[in-house]
Amino acid sequence: MSLTETTRTTETRPPRRRFRIRKDKVLAVALISPSIIALLIFVYGFIAWSGRVSVSAWKGLLPDYTWVGLDNYKNLFVDPRFHIDIRNTVMFTVVFVLGCLIIGLALAILLDQGLKGEAFFRSLFLFPMAISFIVTGVVWRWLMNPATGDRTSGLNLIFQSLGLDSLVSSWQATPYWGMAFIAIPAIWQMSGYTMALYLAGLRSISEELKEAARVDGATELQIYRRVMLPQLRPVTLTALIILGHISLKVFDLIIAVAGKQYALDVPAIYMWQTTFDGYFFGRGAAIGILLLLSVGVLVVPYLWYTQRQERGT
Amino acid sequence: MTATGTAADLETRVYRPKKRKTKLWLYVPLVMASIFYLIPMYIMLATGFKSFDEVSLRTMWNLPSGLSLDNFKAAWDALSPNVWNSFKFVVPASIISAMLGSLNGFVLAKWKFKGANVIFPLILFGMFIPYQAILIPLVEFIRSINLFGGVWGLMLTHIVYGLPITTLTFRNFYAALPDDLVEASKIDGAGLLGTYRHILLPLSIPAFVVVLIWQFTAAWNDFLFAVVLTSNEGWPVTVALNNLAGSQIIEWNVQMAASFLAAVPTLIIYIFLGRYFLRGMLAGALKG
Repeated sequence: MSLTETTRTTETRPPRRRFRIRKDKVLAVALISPSIIALLIFVYGFIAWSGRVSVSAWKGLLPDYTWVGLDNYKNLFVDPRFHIDIRNTVMFTVVFVLGCLIIGLALAILLDQGLKGEAFFRSLFLFPMAISFIVTGVVWRWLMNPATGDRTSGLNLIFQSLGLDSLVSSWQATPYWGMAFIAIPAIWQMSGYTMALYLAGLRSISEELKEAARVDGATELQIYRRVMLPQLRPVTLTALIILGHISLKVFDLIIAVAGKQYALDVPAIYMWQTTFDGYFFGRGAAIGILLLLSVGVLVVPYLWYTQRQERGT
Repeated sequence: MTATGTAADLETRVYRPKKRKTKLWLYVPLVMASIFYLIPMYIMLATGFKSFDEVSLRTMWNLPSGLSLDNFKAAWDALSPNVWNSFKFVVPASIISAMLGSLNGFVLAKWKFKGANVIFPLILFGMFIPYQAILIPLVEFIRSINLFGGVWGLMLTHIVYGLPITTLTFRNFYAALPDDLVEASKIDGAGLLGTYRHILLPLSIPAFVVVLIWQFTAAWNDFLFAVVLTSNEGWPVTVALNNLAGSQIIEWNVQMAASFLAAVPTLIIYIFLGRYFLRGMLAGALKG
């Protein structure tokens, strides 16, 4: 009797455990499904919906899903405003990304020398990250005030009083090059972050590697050029992706520095204005989708690459 | 071997042999850079503390003669309802998306199921999308559930679009904890929820601090969602500040004081919890 009972319990126990594990699997899926469903709707569902609007004739307050094919896209490619937008985005991206990388790397190398007060400088260079682009923009709008004569103010005033008249600039109001100046506050905000990325990268290079190079008679400069910089390539790639996608999306900073000006327009502002001020929903959606594609070209290969790398290790 | 830095790497002080003496000239570029980063802070504070009589564009770089609060009072009168609006949606949005992110991260890191490897990058992509690509459907959707205009639609939006970064941070945090923790708890007969509540949640405080700081900062500083989803009475501080700066009536000195007020909450967080803030940022760089 007792023997059969034991066999029965040993027989029934494994199924119960398996049931437990299966129940937990169901629970695991149930726990994350609200988030996943929300993201499926808010990210992928909305992208599909935008895509549908971008091939519609929707103009005006009421939705109109009449199919117009790629007309909205074709119109954008011959739209002079969109041409300015692309030129501006390219100019902003080049100045902003290069500025952040160069300043960030230089500051990281300086801070890597084990100087006194390193923590202080590090915090100081990073704090702009905590501030919104709107605050940054409003302040820099006064620092980069192009007014002349009695209304001269901001940095121009300092340059004048220091006798550096050649540095006095019309900033973002400079014809053609205005967009390059808009990158200055953006560099102010993001170069500290780039510094942090590089500094973390420099610190993760093993001391033995540097020591080995020193033993081989390399100078400090050579160590940086030949040993450290090649090791920093993945950091540069990460920084490029992050800064690049920020500059493609740049929006609030320009609004705060310059308002809605044709000369300083970018796709993100065009989309916002044409959709919510002009009710050209079809065109707005097309700009949104083009922005998504440009960011996707940058980010998707990167995500794929980092995921694969992570699984490999 | 590649250089993939983490916040921990950043905080380790490097051992330097004694013979390499400190080079004082290195401070010259560091001090110059410091001036560049401090100029906007200086102009906000110097202008903010001047009295109305003292304010003039010609003397904008001079230090204030005393500590007058005229400008800050005027700025506070203009912004205070919007500051409260910001707190109203930023605090709950940060807490809720952190909690959801923690659950997601736990399941993805320690309770692997089929398809987790596909789902994770799909979640991550949501972090990078330009929001212009979802703006029209978002506004239509928020309108259709009658949350347009006030702060609650904005809260929902920030919860959902906060999920990718919170999930990523928690997943990386839990992945670094030994699997044995979970296995031991399973053998003791604890289920999924028990393991989460009694084993992992108590260990998660540092990750929660990172994520909460990060979400608070991102939501507080947001402008795009706020400007399309709220109307006058729901405006958070960023939208109100931008309107203030664009108006002809409000003087530039009040704009400076207002900018400072709008930056105070995130600056306080940065000053006291900067170390965690940095960790959050590096997690955003897919390293953490």
